[in-house]
Amino acid sequence: MKIHEYQAKNILREFGVTTPRGIACFSVDEAIAAARKLDGGLWAVKAQIHAGGRGKGGGVKVAKSLDEVKQLAGKILGMTLVTHQTGPQGQVVRRLLIEEGADIRKEFYIGLVVDRGSRRVCLIASSEGGMDIEEVAVRTPEKIHKVFIDPVTGLTQLDAYGIARKAGIPEPALAEACALLQGLYQAFDGTDASLAEINPLVLTAGDHVIALDAKMNVDDNALFRHPEIAALRDLDEEDPAEIEASKYDLSYVSLDGDIGCLVNGAGLAMATMDIIKLYGGNPANFLDVGGGATAEKVTEAFKLMLRNPKLQAILVNIFGGIMKCDVIAEGVVAAAREVKLNVPLVVRLEGTNVDLGKKILAESALPIISAGNMADAAEKAVRAAGSSSAATVRSTVAAAAAAGEA
Amino acid sequence: MAILINRNTRVMTQGITGKTGQFHTRMCRDYANGKNCFVAGVNPKKAGEDFEGIPVYATVEEAKQATGATVSVIYVPPPYAAAAIDEAVDAELDLVVCITEGIPVRDMVRTCYKMQGRKTRLIGPNCPGIITPDEIKIGIMPGYIHKKGRVGVVSRSGTLTYEAVAQLMEQGLGQSTCIGIGGDPVNGLKHLDVMQLFNDDDETDAVLMVGEIGGSDEEDCARWVRDNMRKPLVGFIAGMTAPQGKRMGHAGAVISGGKGTAQEKLAVMEACGIKVTRNPAEMGKLLKSVLR
Repeated sequence: MKIHEYQAKNILREFGVTTPRGIACFSVDEAIAAARKLDGGLWAVKAQIHAGGRGKGGGVKVAKSLDEVKQLAGKILGMTLVTHQTGPQGQVVRRLLIEEGADIRKEFYIGLVVDRGSRRVCLIASSEGGMDIEEVAVRTPEKIHKVFIDPVTGLTQLDAYGIARKAGIPEPALAEACALLQGLYQAFDGTDASLAEINPLVLTAGDHVIALDAKMNVDDNALFRHPEIAALRDLDEEDPAEIEASKYDLSYVSLDGDIGCLVNGAGLAMATMDIIKLYGGNPANFLDVGGGATAEKVTEAFKLMLRNPKLQAILVNIFGGIMKCDVIAEGVVAAAREVKLNVPLVVRLEGTNVDLGKKILAESALPIISAGNMADAAEKAVRAAGSSSAATVRSTVAAAAAAGEA
Repeated sequence: MAILINRNTRVMTQGITGKTGQFHTRMCRDYANGKNCFVAGVNPKKAGEDFEGIPVYATVEEAKQATGATVSVIYVPPPYAAAAIDEAVDAELDLVVCITEGIPVRDMVRTCYKMQGRKTRLIGPNCPGIITPDEIKIGIMPGYIHKKGRVGVVSRSGTLTYEAVAQLMEQGLGQSTCIGIGGDPVNGLKHLDVMQLFNDDDETDAVLMVGEIGGSDEEDCARWVRDNMRKPLVGFIAGMTAPQGKRMGHAGAVISGGKGTAQEKLAVMEACGIKVTRNPAEMGKLLKSVLR
């Protein structure tokens, strides 16, 4: 789960990480009040969305007067911010963070991630702050420093000093940087984070270190033991279809194609998307109904796919193991009846009780296109989507022609 | 003798009294030699009872002492599953197969740390388990789709593994052992570890490797294969069409910072001399084509 910058900073402060003083705001009036309260003559006005690259997109500005705070807050709040992480449709800004200005002498990068290879949390530090760290890793790998953290001892003072020094933090600020790094690790560990990034960490003229920006993701699997973090979830930042899917415990990701996929199992679901593409089509979604899908779950999955106006066909690909094909077939038939299916439906069943499942589909009298294997299913779905979209075009043309005649 | 498990393996179920544990213990017991293989269950609150004749013990250690079981399978719910693995490791079992999906990564980091230098091997978590066809199955895969043979299968997925097995069967190819290593980012045996076992196994002639986006397990394995593998190997990677930064069902299936893409994995595998297909419907045919 992703959380906002201001939420991450609130957590980090609890673990002793220094951040600029700041106040989250939902309106221009709140922004002005916040700037007044923070005092000083310099403020940062920062859009709060879950995607990175906000600065480049115009979502982070510096204000030198209360008037300017008002003006910038008015401009940023409600804007659709497009960054390299939001996709071309962008993300509407609904929250702001007003922060006191910082006096920046130098910028660094600090990050914590779970390293799969070593099965440990890895602390990454670099002198190249404020930049895209993946790019730094490619261009100047020698400027990336790593420490793999022992989960029992945590980040030791020795390791913290070592990496801070390598990243180029000057001697007078080392003790403070070391404490900040240890606080960051404790925050990461204490909240079951999957990512924590401070980019940039700034060194001030007075040799202090401050987390100027902060990004944290938390492990979904661990939210059960952090209700206070689960409560930070911001549904405005999520795809409505994915929110709906999560209510029914369906694993769903929206894509931009026109062939809906309903599959059991994540690997098979990805492979189904891949084979659709291979046969010249485009998947509309990733959808894993899981191992214990019921008729109700299948119906909800159908409804979810059908909300997509681009949808031209649906491909159901089930390999019944513990889940029986006849149960799925009944679910598909019930769902197709309930949702008044208006696109071609291709179904491929394999595995436990497959013959029974096929019989149920055949006897349903629904116009289901049956497929023998994955390749056959993909080919039929792509063809069906093609003719279905051609039919849409034809009917649109016909409607336009009719309108013209009238 | 296939790898890791065979008809003589003795298994205990941790979490035998839960709904999932009961269901799958029954299915495993009814498969091939399962009746003789599944000899114990563990639940501290139900020690002394039995599940359909399988005795339940309070601890893994007691179950091991009483029955000689050296392998455990875990269906314990996510909040307690890592502790269940720890217990099996402390009891020095040979192999732990953890089916549970949804274990916090932090727990797995700690558990894997404790496992360093210990004898226990871990399969999973978040996996279908392991099967040596016509001998024993430990996990949730449908047993009947498999047949004894000489192809090894290793995969990060569940149903996609069944798909792969079905395609092998269509080609008339049985399997020596099939292992689902799981879809979590921090797990036990990786592709590379399983590949080493298949390489040394007299009953395995060729291997089908099914990977997916995220991490670099497949690349690490491919580099090892290039220098060490004496048997033909083919591969498929799921997630060619997956968008960056989105988790595709499995906790570990995410492309982050442009790393872990299917394209990158396939390129490394090909560069290491591994035959790959980009068509998930061609896995079986491709394997057949490389058999000597």
